[in-house]
Amino acid sequence: MRPGDGASGVFCQCAECKKILLAGELFEALGVCPNCGHHHRLSAARRIEVTFDPGSFEELDADLRSIDPIEFPEYSEKLRKAEAKTGSRDGVVSGVAALDEIPVSVAVTDFDFMGGSLGSVAAEKIVRTFERGLERKTPVIVFSASGGARMQEGLFSLMQIAKTTAAVQRCRDQAIPYISVFTDPTMAGVLASHASIADVILSEPKALVGFAGARVSKQAQVSKVPDNFQTAEFVFEHGMIDRIVPRKEMRPTLIRLVRALGGHLRG
Amino acid sequence: MAKTWKEWEKPLLELDEALGKLRELARVATPDRRAELERRIAESEQRRNRYIDVMYSRLGPWEKVLVARAEKRPYSLDYINALFTEFIELDGDRRYGADHAIVGGVAFFDERPVMVVGHQKGRNIQERQYRNFGMAKPEGYRKAMRLFDMANRFRMPVVTFVDTPAADPGVESESRGISEAIAAAMQRMFELKVPVVSVVHGEGGSGGAIGIAVANRVLMLEHAIYSVIPPEGCAAILWRDPDRGPQAAAALRLTAQSALEYGLIDDIILEPHGGAHRDPPGAIRAVGEALARHLAELGAFDGEALQADRYAKFRAMGRFGEGAA
Repeated sequence: MRPGDGASGVFCQCAECKKILLAGELFEALGVCPNCGHHHRLSAARRIEVTFDPGSFEELDADLRSIDPIEFPEYSEKLRKAEAKTGSRDGVVSGVAALDEIPVSVAVTDFDFMGGSLGSVAAEKIVRTFERGLERKTPVIVFSASGGARMQEGLFSLMQIAKTTAAVQRCRDQAIPYISVFTDPTMAGVLASHASIADVILSEPKALVGFAGARVSKQAQVSKVPDNFQTAEFVFEHGMIDRIVPRKEMRPTLIRLVRALGGHLRG
Repeated sequence: MAKTWKEWEKPLLELDEALGKLRELARVATPDRRAELERRIAESEQRRNRYIDVMYSRLGPWEKVLVARAEKRPYSLDYINALFTEFIELDGDRRYGADHAIVGGVAFFDERPVMVVGHQKGRNIQERQYRNFGMAKPEGYRKAMRLFDMANRFRMPVVTFVDTPAADPGVESESRGISEAIAAAMQRMFELKVPVVSVVHGEGGSGGAIGIAVANRVLMLEHAIYSVIPPEGCAAILWRDPDRGPQAAAALRLTAQSALEYGLIDDIILEPHGGAHRDPPGAIRAVGEALARHLAELGAFDGEALQADRYAKFRAMGRFGEGAA
């Protein structure tokens, strides 16, 4: 259980400023440190709870589960451990929900499940999220929190980034609005696919956002890496995203956006 | 464990060298001596060919990584110049700059206009720098997009040649949105209403490769590789030891044979005896024949069908369980 999720003890410590906080206080603040503003990672369940209309979320495709398609060393064990740790079958939780009574199709990634990595199940759930948006003519919202493609699925996982991209393309053809939200971290294969080609891209503050792992980038460069390299602030400065949105403003921001961009869908 | 194809092929290269010396001797020898030398040359050739048979019959995943990276293999421009006529290179993303790690342009294949796009590596230090080791920046993918759009407008089939270790991972590339560029290039390929064929002929390196490989037909050379992550990088993450690349190569199943078995590519193009680097013209011929066949087959479909086929093909990729555990 992470600090932002409602830790079991009375006290917890901010991961950034190390201040001792009341667990209940941090929970009420949506996992944002009242002292330094650090946004702690949220589980998919808590993210859904703090973002969408209370009780509106209906999970779908919960029965999809990862298999070990290329018999990668230790993958099966890692899957079992991640299932035990998170109580989910994979890193993406998907379904339908509402924002101020506007129906939306949503997918939310839980970083705790193998670093939120994108394998066959996560991609299938994301693609079905886009397809539901198409079928039901509702906006699509995807929250990312991922280290990238799941290398334990080999070339299958590389193909998943093409597959989710294709689904975005179809939504675009049919004028289904799609909002992508980066949370810490949004990296590599996930950033180089559906996450980066939304109609509107938002990010939580200070989220790690980048293509190559920081070590690779630093090795490849003689020049000095900027201080804010591969952060939400860096990609915002470079025009890659629309806005940085603090967590407590995320729900009202999303409501405004789906009302504006999805007006044509409601007739 | 060998780290380059030359290390791995050392005994073979020594035989090649000895053979070269014999040939040189035969060239300048007196006629009576020449007969004896020619007999020895024939023997040496036989021995070398048997050696190739043995080595190439047990080419494991790591050896394929080494061979796929061999700088004597034909590169994209070698295929383009040999297989197409009247190639005119087109350049620039119209936004920021030129990128020499991806080349492209219009040409004719069997007298039909086509758009060709490919990664390009270099063979010596200057060339490698100029080509940025075949690692494209955002402007390379944005140039590719421009050419894809043009192909779509003018109803030209698209042929792409894939050979990159990875997309460029530097600060500049991040600043200009390398991730967005790759995603947008893939997206653009899904829009195309013309035949698209991709040939992975060397290294199919992760996002950098798939960025120009969303095709109706994806073909791989027999010893090419296609992987979600370089084996050294995978080993560094999994075992904190980049020297365990050979194990990672095996685990990732990055060979053409595995990719075909999993249904992730459509065809394997057989390489000449001892690999494409030993007989570049032979490899180029084989690629030309495969391209002609696949383009002819795709020519039977209309634009809508080609787009739908490409979508359905990638939509179906992925393996998972559904229902109770």
